[in-house]
Amino acid sequence: MSLTDSHQFANENRISAGRQLLQRLHLDFPLLLGLLILAIIGGFVLYSASDRDADLLVRHALRFLVGFILMVALAQLRPETIRVWSPWLFGMGLILLLAVLLVGQAGGGAQRWLNFGLFRFQPSEIMKIAVPMMIAWYLCKTAIPPSPGRLLISILLLVVPTLLIARQPDLGTALLIACAGFFVLFLAGLGWKLIIGALLVLIASTPLIWNYLLHDYQQQRVLTFINPEIEPLGSGYHIIQSTIAIGSGGIYGKGWLNGTQAHLDFLPERSTDFIFAVFGEEFGLLGALVLLLLYGILIARGMLIAARAQNTYSRLLAGSLILTFFIYVLVNIGMVSGLLPVVGVPLPLISYGGTSIVTLLAGFGILMSIQTHRRLIST
Amino acid sequence: MKQQIYKPASAFRLITVILVLLSVTLVLVWRAVDLHVVRKAFLQDQGDSRYLRELPLAAHRGMITDRHGEPLAISTPVDSVWVNPAEFATAQPEWPRLARLLNLDVNEIAQKISQRQDKEFVYIKRHVEPARAKRIMELGIPGISLQREYHRYYPMAEVASHVVGFTNIDDQGQEGLELAFDGWLSGEAGSQRVIRDRLGRVVKHVELLKKPRPGKNLTLSIDRRLQYLAYRELKRAVMSNRAQSGSAVILDVRTGEVLAMVNQPAYNPNNRGNLQSQKVRNRAVADVFEPGSTIKPFTVIAALQSEDYSANSVIDTSPGYYQVRGNTIRDIRNYGKINLTRLIKKSSNVGASKLALSLEPEKIWHVFDQMGFGMPTSSGFPGETGGLLKPAVTWAEIEQATLAFGYGLSVTPLQLAKAYAAIANQGVINPVSFVREDEPVQGRRVIDAEVANTMTRMLESVTNEGGTGTRARVPGYRVAGKTGTVKKITSEGYTGDKYIAVFAGMAPASDPRIAMVVTINEPTGDDYYGGQVAAPVFSRVMGGALRLFDIAPDNLMDDKIKFASLPNKAAGEHP
Repeated sequence: MSLTDSHQFANENRISAGRQLLQRLHLDFPLLLGLLILAIIGGFVLYSASDRDADLLVRHALRFLVGFILMVALAQLRPETIRVWSPWLFGMGLILLLAVLLVGQAGGGAQRWLNFGLFRFQPSEIMKIAVPMMIAWYLCKTAIPPSPGRLLISILLLVVPTLLIARQPDLGTALLIACAGFFVLFLAGLGWKLIIGALLVLIASTPLIWNYLLHDYQQQRVLTFINPEIEPLGSGYHIIQSTIAIGSGGIYGKGWLNGTQAHLDFLPERSTDFIFAVFGEEFGLLGALVLLLLYGILIARGMLIAARAQNTYSRLLAGSLILTFFIYVLVNIGMVSGLLPVVGVPLPLISYGGTSIVTLLAGFGILMSIQTHRRLIST
Repeated sequence: MKQQIYKPASAFRLITVILVLLSVTLVLVWRAVDLHVVRKAFLQDQGDSRYLRELPLAAHRGMITDRHGEPLAISTPVDSVWVNPAEFATAQPEWPRLARLLNLDVNEIAQKISQRQDKEFVYIKRHVEPARAKRIMELGIPGISLQREYHRYYPMAEVASHVVGFTNIDDQGQEGLELAFDGWLSGEAGSQRVIRDRLGRVVKHVELLKKPRPGKNLTLSIDRRLQYLAYRELKRAVMSNRAQSGSAVILDVRTGEVLAMVNQPAYNPNNRGNLQSQKVRNRAVADVFEPGSTIKPFTVIAALQSEDYSANSVIDTSPGYYQVRGNTIRDIRNYGKINLTRLIKKSSNVGASKLALSLEPEKIWHVFDQMGFGMPTSSGFPGETGGLLKPAVTWAEIEQATLAFGYGLSVTPLQLAKAYAAIANQGVINPVSFVREDEPVQGRRVIDAEVANTMTRMLESVTNEGGTGTRARVPGYRVAGKTGTVKKITSEGYTGDKYIAVFAGMAPASDPRIAMVVTINEPTGDDYYGGQVAAPVFSRVMGGALRLFDIAPDNLMDDKIKFASLPNKAAGEHP
């Protein structure tokens, strides 16, 4: 069954002049609006979280600018072009990942960066998009659902980069990439028996993962997640402070720039991964709900785009990208509000730093490409 | 338009995805409500407790003044410099500048910090003058804070050190009256609520929770000028006689107030770097000695009170020594047949012991006990001792004989002064007080007025020509008193040549106002008699006291009234 119907197509015919312009620029209005609102909100929160650091805000805005340019550029490409690029991008990403392991620069205790002289670059960011592209490309070469052999190769395409990134170590990105790949497989019709089986294997191999895959500090994070009071001044400190910050905001919040936990330096990482705590303290429950609603609108729009995509590759890729975006939101907010262990995942489009903003906007560029090139193909 | 070249996603799979998304979003929403609404109060409380702090506000300690309001101990505001090591460590290049301002070694600072890395509060230097503290803050070194405290200054330094005592750096009384009246002097610390950031810096003062209640001032009975005079004369006497130590106690006869109390050696309470307990001890209340001949007046009082004796009763002291159960009691020479006045004047041991043996032991004990020997005075001074007075039933004959001239019991200089003040006060004993008495003092009669007056006249004869205490005279005044030269007991008994020179007395003899005891411990010069060593101190200090208190002279016929008293060379006789 198709979610698209004639009614929706009829609506598309009555687009306004403004929309026509956007269509010509290959931009999707709901996505663009949502992204802009999030960017503005993010700017305000970041200004407060960074103790009114204007320089930092400018750097943040510059990243957004780069991201938007990349997004618009990608939106101009036809999905078919993107599909053809998939293996090349994936191959390049894989080589860069290996390069990082060999010659990469350490930053913040982990080896994630490649220095190209003019700029530093995190190859794992490419893989956030390249992995779902590659798997979707591979699976679409034949009819789906895939045969067991192709499935096995797809899983390898997923597992190899994930492990490489996990070794850097960058558990957050590895998790996001694993999710992105899994979503492609799932949307391609991965059998339920296989999914449940894989889950059981995952649970069974927990001790192995715990002992061999997780670093000490990662084990510590999980332990403190289970009981933050183990070490209230050590690794449990993040969670205790962030839940306090969020909760003390109450329903209406303390008001912009008025959060005490954040501004008195009690909250660590407050302009990066833990920025949601600052937001929760200053804007309260209402602010949090509005933010969740905005993310919800973006995700709903993304799902719609995926559902209405005109070929399997586009549908798999769009679905995977938007579900990964959802994972971003879920893991970050879950972690900051103490529902999930601390994993380095930023609050999408609001947290400062990293290249995640650029990658995320690139992903939305692909979504826009899939959405806006639809009619061109169908007519 | 209807052309669809893709395979539609299975409805079940899509619905699954949407349901999972919705339910997970609901979990996030539930958590938001949980934190923002359900647990809000708890979390807000937790948050407040992380940045709202109650800080103590030091209370001003009460001032100690002498009886005329002159300061003996005053608190001045100072600032203690403390740091948060974590933050302070980031400014290591600035440390030498700080060290220079604080007169500290940089290594000293580094050591303090490295020892307390894990703390959030480390004192760098306490009690810095506010002006200097201000300059330190102007350096702008991160992590440094000040804490307002009070520093205690003692303007009289060592002169009043034993009486006033001192406080420790936390403003708590440690010795002397600072300790005895700690509760009265120390105020109640207040508290304020402040906002502190994670590094403990005070960001904002929110509210005053409790105003600090300053301590109350304490007015002592001490007269600052007399205290100084007594100190100067005692110190001079201890030095010139190369003595071990010495004490002087001056009491107001009518009120029992301590007008001055000094000891040697003393210490400077403003510089407590290397205190030695032997210097800190207030010997006038903490050290006991055998009173020797200064006890004889009380033996004679016991005799006079028994009504078997009068001032003119005669005792035969010849041949100048006397055997009691194989022990020989000696006088310096044979005084022959003497009355009780002459017994006191010449300080006859034979006379006193014969007199004592003629009395019931309980009678003597009763007088001694009434005078307060054997128990601490009610002064409440920290570390005061009571001396030793054995019950009469335990006295052997020889003990009764030697007790009569002051061996076999021990007293403190303060006890002795209190007892002499009772004689001077016509037999009414007053409680000893270190605090100025503004109300009339209710004393207790312990000697018949007539007996007390008789004794005063007997004691006056001691400073008359031919007495043992002529050097205690004060020009223009009649002085009554008693010398004592106590052989110190050593491990070999009373065989050594170590003495305590004592003089106890009062003036003016016609209507005594001031009582005083001077003890000089182990003089090692040529002189060691109480009449030679202690009496001159008594004379000079008593003379000053009488003038300071504006007490009318009662001996204007004295041809020795001069602008300066010269030492009387006429050597008296000594026990």
